[in-house]
Formats: sequence, C-alpha cells, structure tokens
Amino acid sequence: MEAELGRCVASFYPGATGIAGATKLSGGASQETWSFDIVHPEGDIGAILRRAPTGFGAAPRRAAGLNNEAALMHLAYQAGVPSPRVLHVLAPEDDLGTGFIMERVEGETIARKILRDEKFAIARQHLARQLGRVAAGIHGLPRAELPQLREMTSTKEIDELGREYHSFDWPRPVFELALRWLKDNDPGPPEEVTLVHGDFRHGNLVIGPVGVRAVLDWELAHFGDPMEDLGWICVNSWRFGEIDKPVGGFGSREELYGGYESAGRKVDADRARFWEVMGTLRWGVMCCGMMQRFRDQPDHSMERAMIGRRASETEIDLMVLLAPRES
Amino acid sequence: MQDEPTPIELTKAVADFLRNEIAPGLSGHQAFKLRVAVNILDLVTRQLALEQGSDGAEAARLAQLLDLNGSLFELNRALADRIADGKVDLTTPGLPEHLWQTTLDKLAIDQPNYASYKRERGRRNE
Repeated sequence: MEAELGRCVASFYPGATGIAGATKLSGGASQETWSFDIVHPEGDIGAILRRAPTGFGAAPRRAAGLNNEAALMHLAYQAGVPSPRVLHVLAPEDDLGTGFIMERVEGETIARKILRDEKFAIARQHLARQLGRVAAGIHGLPRAELPQLREMTSTKEIDELGREYHSFDWPRPVFELALRWLKDNDPGPPEEVTLVHGDFRHGNLVIGPVGVRAVLDWELAHFGDPMEDLGWICVNSWRFGEIDKPVGGFGSREELYGGYESAGRKVDADRARFWEVMGTLRWGVMCCGMMQRFRDQPDHSMERAMIGRRASETEIDLMVLLAPRES
Repeated sequence: MQDEPTPIELTKAVADFLRNEIAPGLSGHQAFKLRVAVNILDLVTRQLALEQGSDGAEAARLAQLLDLNGSLFELNRALADRIADGKVDLTTPGLPEHLWQTTLDKLAIDQPNYASYKRERGRRNE
C-alpha cells in the first residue's frame, strides 16, 4: 500500500518525494481511513486517505459513495464551509481502489475532550452559533452543482426505521410509541429540499481552540429536509451528560438557530423537533442493529455487544420528548 | 437447588479482581478492552440482582393494562402491536406510567449513570 501511495502522491503533488508515517485510523471490510504525511522538501503535508480497496467498490445502501463525498467536500470548501481541501481523487492507474486524498485538519473530534478540556473553553461558547452558520452554508450549496444523491423524505425515513426495527423481532413499546408519534406528526415535504449532511454531530466535526475547523464524513449526505441536520445535532445521545445544553452538550437551540438565520436561512423549529425525535429513534435502532452484527458474527466484539444495551438510553430520551413528567 | 455462592457473588468477585488487580497494570487498547469487560460483568451483576423483581412487576402491569395472560415477551409484543394500531396511546390510563417504570427499570441495569436516568429517577423518588 505504501509504495502505491507514494507513487500516487508524487504524480499529483508537485515536488512531493514520497510518503511517511502511514497509519490506519479505521477500517471495516469495505472502507478504510489512513493518515500519512506527504514528504516535501519545503515541509511535509499532513494528509488523509479514504478508500475502498479494489474489489469493494460498492457502497452500502445509504452511503453517498466516496467519489460523491470528495465532490461534496470540494464544493463545501469552495463555498467557505470549514472543510478539508481535497487533494486528489483516486484513479484506476493509482492502483489504490476508489476514494480520495484530502488535507489533514488538526484538531479534536472526541466529544468528551471538547466538552471538558480547558483549551476548548472559548470554542464551547461560540460553537452552537458557528455550527448554525455552517449548517446554513451546507444547505445553501447550489443543487445544480451537486452530485447525484439519494433523496429522503420524512415519510420514507419513518418507513425505513420501522422496517429495520421490526426486522429485529424484539418488541419495544417505546419505539412503537415513537414510530406512531412520527407518523401522526409527519410534517411532509419541506418548502425547500436541500443538501443534508446526514451525520452532523460530534465525531464528524473537527474542533480547535476557537471553534469548528472542518466538517467531515459526508457518507450519509442526501437531499431532503434541511431541518434534519438541526434536529440530529440536538439528539440527547450527543450531549454526553450535558443534558441541559441540547446542541452537542455545549450550546442552546437559540444559539444554533440564531447562527443559522444570521446566514440568511429560515429555521422551522417544529420540524427540527420532529427530526430530533426521528434522530433519537434512529440512534436507538442503530444500537440494536450493531448488536445484531455482534450476534450474527461479523463483529464479535464486547463493544458491539454492549452497544445493544444502549438502545434503552434512547428509550428514556424518547419518553422525555414524548411523555414528559411534571417536575 | 444450586449451591452457593450465587451467580451475583461470582460475577462480582471476577469484576472486582479485574478492576482492582489487573486494570492498574494495563494501558492503551488493553486497558480500554478491560474496562468494557468490567462494565459487562457489572451489568450482568445488576441484572441478576434486579431482573426478577422488575420483570414480575412489569408482567403484572401488562396483564392488567392489556387484560391478557402470557409470557413477558408475548405481553410486550401485544402492547407494541396495540400502540402501533393506535388502540392504546398516552391518554390510556396507566400507559405512560407503565412505559416510564419499564424504561427506568431497564436503565437501572443497562446504564445507571446515564444523565437523563439520574434526573428522572430522582424525580420519581421526590
């Protein structure tokens, strides 16, 4: 791999002499992320490779695909959305599979550090507002320039979640309550269908001492209701114990919405709340799904097993949202 | 009748050993994995201690709410179906209380440190 990567880098980066320090950051059967340095006489450049090795070209059903991810990041970068610069899209002659190479943006993605460490104290004060502006930038990307992506509606998403939950064949009255609520409160198509990031939350946001530096992981990008992104980032699972700060455990909805509207887009708070319920259920169903992967063997780790026991966290969050008790 | 010590005492003994004698000597990935393992043993210990009581109470509530007899799984399936069909909802007497109690009983075993659980449990005891 290192040899191919070195040749590839020399072919597109003027003056590059090779690579160093290649480390696999994550990797499933079909997709890998590598960190490495481009060696250059004027100073090395930190880089990230996202690729599907040859023979694993097909993306999972919901995934946008690596070429689309690269296109979206490039457009976001050009539009001034904090985003890594895409350096190269892999071609067949690179012999590295499909994927792309981007600049490595230094910063923190681990929620607990962002929420607790002193060095992010200033960032925490501004982050919700900043992320409102960033989301507005994503939703404002002109559709004509965007790649082909799946189009999701709230109705389709409810159906998919229901189907997936029922496939586990394990009754969960609270999930049924949430599904029923979603059907009864489905707001239908939005006034404007936009690009939706699809996974706009801790882990996919690189944070520095004064705020957001990059939005990562466009794997779940699609066209749909822009309020989906604002609801998803408020899901309690991403607050890491700071439950009174709905935006990622660091900010208020008012700050998020204020930032969003300051960038010239309108917030529909009821829709955002609807997508928060949807997102809470979605994370619960995902926890159950990861447990199934443990049981069916592809990933027989203790962590996968234990994540099945985190679905109940989303049940209490759904109860707080749908059946709050008097204080 | 099986002999002593009880499963609760046994799992707790293993968890305590791993936590107190093995964990301090590990670092990095192995320390992380051990923490997960100890969390699993703690969860199993809580389930062994609490499950019988909460399952019994849940089954009794469900039998009354649904006017049905059956296993806990069957009763939960019946409740799930009736919620899906709209035959019962949050205005049905006893349903919100049942769902809250059942959810709190799950969290007591799964994630007793989850912040929403700690707040809601406190509310119940007020």
